[in-house]
This record gives sequence, C-alpha cells and structure tokens, in this order.
Amino acid sequence: MCLAIPGKIVEIASDNQDSAVVDVVGVRRKIDLGLLQDDKPVPGDWVLIHVGFAMSKISEQDAADQMNTLRMLGEMDGTMQEVKGYGLEEVN
Amino acid sequence: MRYVDEFREPQLISKTAEEIRRLAGTERHYRMMEVCGGHTHAIYRFGLKDILPKNIELIHGPGCPVCVLPMGRIDDGLSIAQQSNVIFAAFGDMMRVPGTQGSPFEHKARGMDVRIVYSPSDALKLARLNPAKHVMFFAIGFETTAPSTALTIMRAKAEGIRNFSVFCNHVTIIPAIRAILDSPDMRLDAFIGPGHVSTVIGCRPYEWIAQNERKPIVVSGFEPLDMLQSVVMLLRQLKAGEAKVENQYKRVVPWEGNRAALRAMAEVFELRPYFEWRGLGFISQSALRVNDKYAEWDAEQRFEVPGIRVTDPKAAQCGEVLKGVLKPHQCKLFGRECTPEHPIGALMVSSEGSCAAYHNYEHRKAAMVSLSSVA
Repeated sequence: MCLAIPGKIVEIASDNQDSAVVDVVGVRRKIDLGLLQDDKPVPGDWVLIHVGFAMSKISEQDAADQMNTLRMLGEMDGTMQEVKGYGLEEVN
Repeated sequence: MRYVDEFREPQLISKTAEEIRRLAGTERHYRMMEVCGGHTHAIYRFGLKDILPKNIELIHGPGCPVCVLPMGRIDDGLSIAQQSNVIFAAFGDMMRVPGTQGSPFEHKARGMDVRIVYSPSDALKLARLNPAKHVMFFAIGFETTAPSTALTIMRAKAEGIRNFSVFCNHVTIIPAIRAILDSPDMRLDAFIGPGHVSTVIGCRPYEWIAQNERKPIVVSGFEPLDMLQSVVMLLRQLKAGEAKVENQYKRVVPWEGNRAALRAMAEVFELRPYFEWRGLGFISQSALRVNDKYAEWDAEQRFEVPGIRVTDPKAAQCGEVLKGVLKPHQCKLFGRECTPEHPIGALMVSSEGSCAAYHNYEHRKAAMVSLSSVA
C-alpha cells in the first residue's frame, strides 16, 4: 500500500490536461495528473504513481532504483497486476 | 547477511553497516520505530535485522492502514453493500480482511457484487459503466492515498456522477505518532519517518516530535541502503544529543510536501472529532470524513450505517504488538490460531502488517534453521 511504482509519461490527453498515458515496464495505463498541478510533467518525464495518480516527479535513475526495490521486495507481480487495473483500464 | 549481494551497491551497504556498528557501540540500547508499513515489510524482506547490531531494536509502528482499521468499519461498509444494487469496490489489500461475518471476498462468494480496484478513479469508472447501480468505494489509507480519493470525489461532482460514493476510512499519521508517544509503556529513542506519506505532507509536520518530544526523526526511502543511511543519521543525532527532522529521501520527498495534494484534501475532507484505531483505541482528530459540500458522495451520509463496534478477541494482543510492547511471536495466538492463511488479528492480514511480515520471513527462517540443525 505504501509502495509506489514509477512510470514514464507517454502522452497527455489533448482534451484533458490531467489525463496522461504512462508506460510502466511496457504496460500502458491511463493515470491522473491532478495532484501535480503545481509542477506539471511533460511527455518523457518520470513520475511515481500511487493508486493511479502521479504523486511526484522523479529522475530516470530514481525510477530504475524504485523498480529494483519493488523487484527485491517481491512486489513486482502484484504491482503489475494492480497497474493493469485488473483489466479495467488498460490502454493498447 | 545472505541478501547483501543482491542489493544495489553491496559495498556501500557493507560500509554503511560498518558505520552503524561503530556509532552504535555496545554501551547502550537504541529503540527506533519505523512508522510506515512499507518499511516494516522491507525490513523483514531484506533481512535488515541481520545487518544491524543487536543493540539497535526496530519497533514496528502503526503505519499499515489495513491493520489499524477496526473490524466494525468493515462490517459497516459491508452492510451498506448488502443493500440491493450496490457494488462494493476496494483495493486488493482489503479483500481478505475479516469482518465479523467474513471478508469482502467471502461476501462475494455469497453473492455480493464486490470488485477489486487499483485506483479510486477506477471505482468512479465502474459507476460510469453501471449507471443503474450504485458504486461505493471503501477508501482506506494515510495521506498517501487520501488526496487521490479527494480528487476522485471532486471529479464525480464536476461530472455530475451521482451513483458513486466513498465510505471514508482515511486516517492521518501525526495523531497516531502522538498517541504512541503518549502511551505510558512506550520507550522510544527515534523515528524512521514514512516515505510516501511525506511526499504529500512534507517534513514540517514532524517538527514537534523533534522540538517538543526531543526525538530525532529521519524521513526514509525504502531501499536497504536508504534505511541503513537513515539509521546512521539517527545515530549521529542521538550521539550528539540532537533532535532534528532530517530528510534522507530528498530525491522523492520535498520538504514542503505536495501542495496540490493538500489542497485537494482540504477541499473535500474535514477532520473527524475522533476515530477508533485498532490496537490504539480512540484518537482525537485522527481521521478524515467527507465534508458537507460533498455530502452527496459520502456513503455515511447517503446510507444508513449501523455504527458497529467489535471488540478484538481478548487473547489477541494486536495492541501491544502495534505499540511495540510485544514482538509478534510473543502474542499467544501467533503462528497457532492466527496465521496469514487464517488471520485473527489485522496485523496478520496485510503483508505490511508486522505479524504477517514476521511470520513470512523470520518465522520461516527460524523453522529452516531448526530443520537444518536436526539434519
């Protein structure tokens, strides 16, 4: 629950500045950028995602480290399952 | 020590561990509480106890939202979902948590419409997809998740989605730390502060712990090296007789927190006068509810809520474990009546709960050792 997963912003919706598609180790998912209103990310930026919302911008190196932590914690499978939104919100 | 080679920068880990041993010496005992359940999980998973010297004791704090939720709240949430046409939506962590009549999963097996969602916004999407039904999102979490719930409620209002509500169980971390420090049987030297809660609230809210309680606190990341570095920072303060708030997790946690997230929380929520915490009892101003402006999206205002109170089984000593007075294995039920497969207390349910973490790693390790000594 406390863990967050890093993702790279792929595109921001043209009709909704708070909606973005991110890439999380090859899985694409829609996330909400509403909590980063004061420091909007742009495509190519890395963000930490918690329950479908971007919480903070991070560097690419931090993203790789965070992914490694999740792997070491044995949380990758569960986290990826969550990221896929249990089939509800996958973007192809 | 067997995990060390798998870590990033194993040499730096060894050097940091050395520094900890040097600073800790042998003369006194140090009791440090990691507040966050994510840290508890990581400490067991990485075997950090094997790396730390014996005179540094890590006490597992109250920061697992599933663990501190009283059983009566689960019953209340499920009783709303028992009404016809209601979909019960919650995070996966909630699904196996027992209520008096069983967990959400068991209710699903009996025919309740129960859905796992990854995000509150997925619950809102369910409401869009099922206009003839009402979707109730069972919200849990500290300040890490509360802003996402708040923003989802704001989106529901903006879009005029009326078949959606939130059963709010969001709690705040500072009153829980205060309750632990006020507890008479508690002796702590320092705190490892939560990582992702602090991305939202920043580091300032911890200043009273340093200034008034004279306890050092270091906000920490989740990697083994992060946590070891945090222990070094705490030991340095303790050795120097200082008590400050420090931020080890600067790469993610801004000192001021996330203002947009705090604004969303302030827009939608207000403090409850008091809220019950499992194991800690009633703590004043420690939880959030939906304010009147958003009453239409508050499940507690829209539906009849029985307000069930359930006392934990007397034999279970969750409270003592939660406050660090007992170690998980010192509870009478640990590993016998209460296991991760059949949890009696909530600390056994979530992988972030100290009992489940202890059972999954330490207990298994001890069993392996005794097996190999027999062989």
